[in-house]
Amino acid sequence: MIDKKDVEYAAGLAQLKLDEEEKEKYTEQIGEILNYVDKLSELDTDDVVPTAYTVPMKNVLRKDEVKESLPREKSLANAPDEKDGHFRAPKIMSD
Amino acid sequence: MNIYDLTIHELKEKIAAGELTPAEIKKAYSDRINEVEDRVKSYITIIDELAGDELADYENKKEGLLAGIPIAVKDNMSTDGIKTSCGSKMLENYKPPYDAAVVEKLNEAGAVIMGKTNMDEFAMGSSTENSAFFVTHNPWNLNHAPGGSSGGSAAAVAAGECAAALGSDTGGSIRQPASYCGVVGLKPTYGMVSRYGLVAFASSLDQIGPITKDVEDSAILMNVIAGHDPQDSTSIAGKKEDYTKYLKEDVSGMKIGIPEEYFNLEFDEEVKASVLAAVEKLKEAGAEVETVHMTDASYALAAYYVIAPAEASSNLARYDGVRYGLRSEQAADVSEMFTNTRHEGFGDEVKRRIMIGTYALSSGYYDAYYLKAQKVRTLIKDDFDRIFNDFDLILTPTAPSTAIELESKSDPLEMYHTDIFTVPVNIAGVPAMSVPCGFDSNEMPIGLQLIGPHFGEGKIIQAAYTLEKLLNISEKRAEL
Amino acid sequence: MTTKYETVIGLEVHVQLNTDSKIFCGCSTEFGKEPNENTCPVCLGLPGTLPVLNKKVVDYAIMAGLALNCDIAEYSKFDRKNYFYPDLPKAYQISQFDLPVAENGEIEIETEAGLFNIGVTRVHLEEDAGKLIHEGSIDKSKGSLVDYNRTGVPLIEIVSEPDMRTPAQAKAYLTELKMIMEYLDISDCNMEEGSLRCDANVSLRPVGQEEFGIKAELKNMNSFSAVEKGLEYEVKRQQKLLDEGKKVVQETRTWDESLNKTISMRGKEEAHDYRYFPEPDLVPLEIDAAWKEEMRKEIPELPREKYKRFISELGLPEYDAGVLTGDKDLAVFFEEVLSDYDDPKNLSNWMMGEFLRLLNENGQAPFESGVSPINLAKMLKMIDQDIISGKIAKKVFEKMYNSGSDPETIVEEEGLKQISDEDELENMVDGIIADNPDAVEDVQNGKDRAIGFLVGQVMKETRGKANPGLVNQMLRDKLMD
Repeated sequence: MIDKKDVEYAAGLAQLKLDEEEKEKYTEQIGEILNYVDKLSELDTDDVVPTAYTVPMKNVLRKDEVKESLPREKSLANAPDEKDGHFRAPKIMSD
Repeated sequence: MNIYDLTIHELKEKIAAGELTPAEIKKAYSDRINEVEDRVKSYITIIDELAGDELADYENKKEGLLAGIPIAVKDNMSTDGIKTSCGSKMLENYKPPYDAAVVEKLNEAGAVIMGKTNMDEFAMGSSTENSAFFVTHNPWNLNHAPGGSSGGSAAAVAAGECAAALGSDTGGSIRQPASYCGVVGLKPTYGMVSRYGLVAFASSLDQIGPITKDVEDSAILMNVIAGHDPQDSTSIAGKKEDYTKYLKEDVSGMKIGIPEEYFNLEFDEEVKASVLAAVEKLKEAGAEVETVHMTDASYALAAYYVIAPAEASSNLARYDGVRYGLRSEQAADVSEMFTNTRHEGFGDEVKRRIMIGTYALSSGYYDAYYLKAQKVRTLIKDDFDRIFNDFDLILTPTAPSTAIELESKSDPLEMYHTDIFTVPVNIAGVPAMSVPCGFDSNEMPIGLQLIGPHFGEGKIIQAAYTLEKLLNISEKRAEL
Repeated sequence: MTTKYETVIGLEVHVQLNTDSKIFCGCSTEFGKEPNENTCPVCLGLPGTLPVLNKKVVDYAIMAGLALNCDIAEYSKFDRKNYFYPDLPKAYQISQFDLPVAENGEIEIETEAGLFNIGVTRVHLEEDAGKLIHEGSIDKSKGSLVDYNRTGVPLIEIVSEPDMRTPAQAKAYLTELKMIMEYLDISDCNMEEGSLRCDANVSLRPVGQEEFGIKAELKNMNSFSAVEKGLEYEVKRQQKLLDEGKKVVQETRTWDESLNKTISMRGKEEAHDYRYFPEPDLVPLEIDAAWKEEMRKEIPELPREKYKRFISELGLPEYDAGVLTGDKDLAVFFEEVLSDYDDPKNLSNWMMGEFLRLLNENGQAPFESGVSPINLAKMLKMIDQDIISGKIAKKVFEKMYNSGSDPETIVEEEGLKQISDEDELENMVDGIIADNPDAVEDVQNGKDRAIGFLVGQVMKETRGKANPGLVNQMLRDKLMD
């Protein structure tokens, strides 16, 4: 019920690179899992409101007050690459 | 008993009585780690250097609930300046610039943080075999898994490598390893403990909780970590209690429900026998035990395997190599950097779940999968609410077996099934504790799960404490 | 053969809210800081961090919704919009999908062609992303440099109905929207600084057809004129395609300011599957009647209402009303003067004339100069009472502008009082008559214009302080019997 194209699509959306072997393997494994998940359709949920929130609160808000930011060196401390205070990444597109 | 076998409350008594100093305690635990760690392998990072500072600070924090007590922290909780890897190559060298809320609370209480424990990568797994670094071994039998994903924390407690530990639980990741390792593990009500600083797996399911040698320690640790945190919008205010006031041996009149559908599932006979024997003990002590009917647990498992991966696929998207963590060397352009980094940084199980989650949220499938699962979630929550109208607690086995052997489960679905009894609890957001109730014929620990209503930690602690005293096995330690 | 087409335009406008702190964390929203100075674990999306909603952001969104005549949701929530880009730290944007703060509004706009009602589909809250700049030139880029100061700055997205039919209407809508946001004081609304951004959807359909044509999305229009030019270009482009029997491709196009055309971004921007789902780290919003009312009270008289009132109640011409209400501070200043002065037209002339001239010259906003509303009222009264002449007043005004002094003090110190004392004037007049016999003869011979010359001489003698009207009358009385 899930085929390789679906796995390729999901992998693309999730920025995961898969080789052919992985595509086959995941297609099989994910297929099995989704088969199991399909049992959800055995339950009648027509009039059921989905649970989007596990806690009963509404309107959790904070005051518009400025708090101290992280010193820039700390923000950049784990950066794989940086330049002039910027995080540096490769160019957007190869030609 | 060796110092490293003592509980938090025993250590505190001895400190108060002048029989032990924090320095001696710290040394005892450090020595124990040196003694057993190469066999158990609980820790990804052992924090030695800080010991000096923390002990020096002891005088200032003497009144703290955990003053001088060695605690281990699962490696998915942020520790300022200390590697927080989540068991993944993706964060192998990541050092957060801030402390998780619970870590701040531990520090304020004077705890001595011994180190960061091993885990399944990004908390996805049930045996800690999905750690990208190494496997943790069950102290009761080194060929067996400690459970997961908080396997490192549970093993460290069971092996005497810390007095207690923090774990995280999304589908059973505190309770199941606690069960496998013969220790006590509590998943609090969703919202009782701040998630700020807990690296997210499934935001609507994750909770941090204590893994301890006994129930009293669990109550003490809850007193430290539970409570409202303004940094977490899903953190609940006004519900925290003094959990130690529930340390009473009294279950008279407590109504306990045994879900027929759970017990009818196929699982280890010895586990069943041990759990039912414990039930008898509770009955003898005055609890009213009745069979109840609940939705088959497999529906909860099915819903879980949509909701958790869906949220995870979004939570793990930030690992793209730009700001921290791994960046692939093959990165000629941004697109290559994204895909190669995530290919190299993530293990199998993580990739699998990200893909399932992405698929379940994608255009055309959202209604059939994610929305459907959220509706089933409502049914399961209502189911629990219904039972708790008439019952104080629900009792089940924690896991369908004792600790599995390492490398025994290659099929993902098989591994997911070890969570069958624990997952419904997270889906409903209610609290549950795994407490040791016996051993199988191979001397492997068996755990029993007590589930309470929302904010019912007190009832759980009371029943678990009573059971612990009745069974009198809480002082047994793994032989290493 | 050209068929007649109808243009259909919808605008998506992003407005940066000028709260002190960001939407989900306490970092400052201040513009122009050094890169990555306004960041923290939350807005950097570090593992383990969580968002906490800024109340003022919701306040402002409710105000915007009310000002745009929308229904405010009783129940609203946030959703995650998932996609990968280096300027998006969590690889998802916290936005609103199906339950936005406000829906179903409309505003009235005016163009040369008349009045139009433009529908507002929705107003929703979301967080801004960071800034990515290309290292090196765009085509020979060496890398990408990212500054996350802007991530987490609160935005409202205002989506219009596809109700606009001409680029002029689109410009008028955008202008009106900007004015409303300025009046509410919830945004700096500066397109150059990026606190106001506009994307457009443009399509054409044969006149009379109900079904919409294929639309193109236009981005990267960074000024009001760019919006108008971009739309005009796009309409022509699509017209040409359709005339040639070709189809318009549904795509995203970027406006190129230097080439003055829209360019296809096809291939670089595929359709995104954003996989929206409710944000589990935030709880829902319940906006009750009390909150709505509280925000309604914060809304001042809005530009169009003020414009109409200036015309109907104050009797101002449309042009004046337009200029005065076009800038919120100018309108407020105007009304403050009027609380102390009762000739709106005269005031309007002064404000549109001298005041705006000096403000523009000095690059200042109405309340930034030395002129206070009270003092302007005083000065205008002094003119009305003939204490100073209109001409002298210009000097007084400029002095007020630069020094902040009040007009009485200035007139006193500079001795600029108009001379209206009859005896004093008579002396001057007699003196001028005596000194200018030729001109006097001209007047007595019927050359009326010579009166003007003589008046001028008196004015010169008194350095403009003589009351010209009285002088004129006096000369006539003396010379033209």
